[in-house]
Amino acid sequence: MSETSSSRRRFVGASVAGLGIAVAPGIHLIAAQGPAEPAGASNAKRWGLLVDASKCASGCDACVKACATENGINETVADARQGSQWIRKIDLQDKRTGRQLSLPMMCQHCANPPCVDVCPTGASMKRADGIVLVDRHVCIGCRYCMMACPYKARSFVHQPLTEQNPEVPRGLGCVESCTFCVQRVDRGQTPACVEACPEGAMVFGDLKDPNSAISRRLAQVATTQVRADLGLDTGVRYQGL
Amino acid sequence: MTKLPFKLLCVTSRLRAFASKLLVLAVVLVSGLALAGESRVAKPAVIIEKADSQCVAPPEEMRRNHMEMLKHQRDKTLRLGQRGAKVSLNGCIECHASKKTGSVLGSGENFCQGCHAYAAVHLDCWDCHQPKAHTKATPAPAAAGAKP
Amino acid sequence: MQLVPYSRGEERFFYTLAALGGLVTLIGLASALYMEIHGHAVTGMNNQIVWGLPHVFAIFLIVAASGVLNVASIGSVFGKVLYKSRAPLSGLLCLAMLAGGLTVLMLDLGRPDRIIVAATHYNFSSVFAWNVFLYSGMFSIVAVYLWTLMERRMNAYSKPAGFAAFIWRLILTTGTGSIFGFLVARQAYQSAILAPMFIIMSFAWGLAAFMVVQKAMFAWNGLTLHPALRNRMKNLLGIFVAATLYFVAVYHLTNLYFAKQVAFERFILVDGGIFPALFWGGWFLVGTVLPLAILYTPGLLAMRGAVMVASILVILGAFCQLYVFIIGGQAFPLEIFPGLAAASSFGDGMVGQYSPSLPEFLLGLGGIGIAFTITTIGVRVFHFLPQDDLAKLEAAGHVLE
Ligand code: HEC
Ligand code: HEC
Ligand code: HEC
Repeated sequence: MSETSSSRRRFVGASVAGLGIAVAPGIHLIAAQGPAEPAGASNAKRWGLLVDASKCASGCDACVKACATENGINETVADARQGSQWIRKIDLQDKRTGRQLSLPMMCQHCANPPCVDVCPTGASMKRADGIVLVDRHVCIGCRYCMMACPYKARSFVHQPLTEQNPEVPRGLGCVESCTFCVQRVDRGQTPACVEACPEGAMVFGDLKDPNSAISRRLAQVATTQVRADLGLDTGVRYQGL
Repeated sequence: MTKLPFKLLCVTSRLRAFASKLLVLAVVLVSGLALAGESRVAKPAVIIEKADSQCVAPPEEMRRNHMEMLKHQRDKTLRLGQRGAKVSLNGCIECHASKKTGSVLGSGENFCQGCHAYAAVHLDCWDCHQPKAHTKATPAPAAAGAKP
Repeated sequence: MQLVPYSRGEERFFYTLAALGGLVTLIGLASALYMEIHGHAVTGMNNQIVWGLPHVFAIFLIVAASGVLNVASIGSVFGKVLYKSRAPLSGLLCLAMLAGGLTVLMLDLGRPDRIIVAATHYNFSSVFAWNVFLYSGMFSIVAVYLWTLMERRMNAYSKPAGFAAFIWRLILTTGTGSIFGFLVARQAYQSAILAPMFIIMSFAWGLAAFMVVQKAMFAWNGLTLHPALRNRMKNLLGIFVAATLYFVAVYHLTNLYFAKQVAFERFILVDGGIFPALFWGGWFLVGTVLPLAILYTPGLLAMRGAVMVASILVILGAFCQLYVFIIGGQAFPLEIFPGLAAASSFGDGMVGQYSPSLPEFLLGLGGIGIAFTITTIGVRVFHFLPQDDLAKLEAAGHVLE
């Protein structure tokens, strides 16, 4: 992957430039890092999720519970509207035909995410493998991304938190959203919601790999991107919508 | 697009670190002259719980540079997805949490707090990062998610 | 320059005013601290209405700040003598209101402690980040402009400086409007007309704010504005208010034209509860019709303080308009699945609820307090009272009858 290596070169270049500015810490830093560097997210992959809405039962919220457990979303809030929801169940009804359906809604991990475009500090970001995240070390809590998101996928933490899962830091004053359980994905697991779905209605995988389960399904059945008219190229696709 | 900010991030974080070092140096010099070594907070007793293990770098090095290492690593973990690096905040906590309380925070005896109280450094890391070691994901709440 | 030294009473009055401004500012800062410690849980804002009252105040102050500079621009850029003597006050007001608005915006952040991050990390594709540049640029340009006005040796440069400030302020208001105009997902905001609309609104709000301050200063110094000058300025205000009316009408009419926007327009204009009430009662009646009536009915205009009242009404209308625009725009349910009725635990398909809390109101008020304090002190220190040299005005061709 020439792009990755060129970005690494640039990265090293930046480090060297930084070294020139702050010589002493730079030297210590490189010494401390050692030679071996773990491989990171690669743009040879693009993570995606296919939801089969026809299998999704209206009263079921197994995915929502699994997400809350995995990501430590367990705080008590005084006003429900101020509580975080990384994933939620939406019940839909066609206004003309009366057809009903139910589906989980979360960050759609767009290829062209509006939240990333509008973020003033670059905290909203997309990893090389397509996962859209908030770097909460640079998030200033302006909420512009929440204004820009067409899916209402983001939540703002309105109160101090204490009972976080060590793998999933989250806290006051920053915006957060579904991460595809990045901590699990980087270990080779699937997101918690996918694992928990009793109907097997969700398929997670690499959209760039033509042999992945998700790619094969996408090649077979008709699927939809929500608000496809916006041209965001979402990583989450729906079947039976 | 995503690469440019990261590059900037590296440079600016270095710049800031450098500036803050200068500032600290100046403050130390000035206060050293003024107070002639007098301080109000008791000198921290750094308790090492897992003395049989090895820190990620020599203690000298750690004392001076752990903040830079952490800040540098967090960008790599979060933005580049590089996991399993030697330096990791959760790693620090696993080794350095107190055997008594299981945490790196709590009192001056706890590893990450004593020094910082002494040096009057305030960390915002613990707003989000769990200071207790071996905490596992909390059980599913009765109603999923944040609810009243 | 025939300014009399301040008397004892005036001195006391000045300190009272400054203390009052300081107190309001302090209460605002205390509210911000309270919000920072407890989080936004103590505000009415939530995950549906993410921007609330502080943003109404902040955006009013910022938009009006760029508008208030118009008075100086008309003098420097378009060479109108009448406005030239008002340029310093106009520049000062611009800086004061900008400072107030930006402070509120900054203190409402989820992590105001990270303001240094905002200053060192820029995402150049973000309209918000451009605005950070535009705001800081505005400060410097207006400061330089003020300097060219006050320092005799620099007077020659006041025209180019004024011109730069004028151009910059147009870009700045365009930027403020674009913060909303670029939000493609929201029915209320995705419109190219927002940028010019914000510019026109800034003209009206800025001039109204200027008139109020000028009137207060003249009253304090026992002066009255020459009727001819008053007439000129009130006509300008009238034109700006009417132009705003025109733009708002076009904005809503074009929305009505697009079938998918009709539901949103119904919400804002007819059945959205507080929002139609504020739109028609607040912005339209109080902020537009009444001021226009006062400004153009000779009988009403002849009354004492008529222009002042009209200006205050315009400002009140502006707040109503922004409330409808910012909060109403978010309250209208986001259409994630067009054509389908949606329901969820996260407010999908439901009108967003928002009831402002005291701390956020006080924070917003604190922004006004900052602008007020800076203006009060600035005016006093720099003697920025507009001095009308009537002979010069007549020489410049103004008919003063
Ligand atoms: C507003 C919340 C927040 C704050 C405050 C915060 N972090 Fe993080 N941090 C995160 C999140 C979220 C991650 C991503 C975790 C992941 O993807 O595994 C993270 C990851 C990290 C990582 C990489 C993961 C690991 O365990 O090594 C490091 C290192 C780190 N943070 C250091 C810090 C330091 C040092 C501070 C204080 C100066 C800090 N963080 C403050 C939210 C926060
Ligand atoms: C494998 C366990 C382990 C891990 C992981 C670890 N440390 Fe250590 N650390 C130690 C031990 C053991 C010492 C004592 C070394 C000595 O004195 O020779 C030490 C010493 C230190 C010291 C010097 C204390 C003093 O003044 O004597 C600092 C500072 C420190 N560690 C910080 C960190 C930070 C920050 C991290 C995370 C990046 C970290 N450590 C990760 C085991 C660990
Ligand atoms: C030996 C004393 C000591 C110990 C132990 C220690 N620190 Fe520090 N730490 C410091 C000092 C001193 C500073 C301030 C240095 C400076 O500002 O240049 C600091 C600064 C930091 C900073 C940067 C703060 C900022 O906002 O810039 C981070 C992050 C940090 N420490 C993390 C940790 C963590 C995590 C631990 C526990 C694993 C730890 N430290 C343990 C002495 C210590």
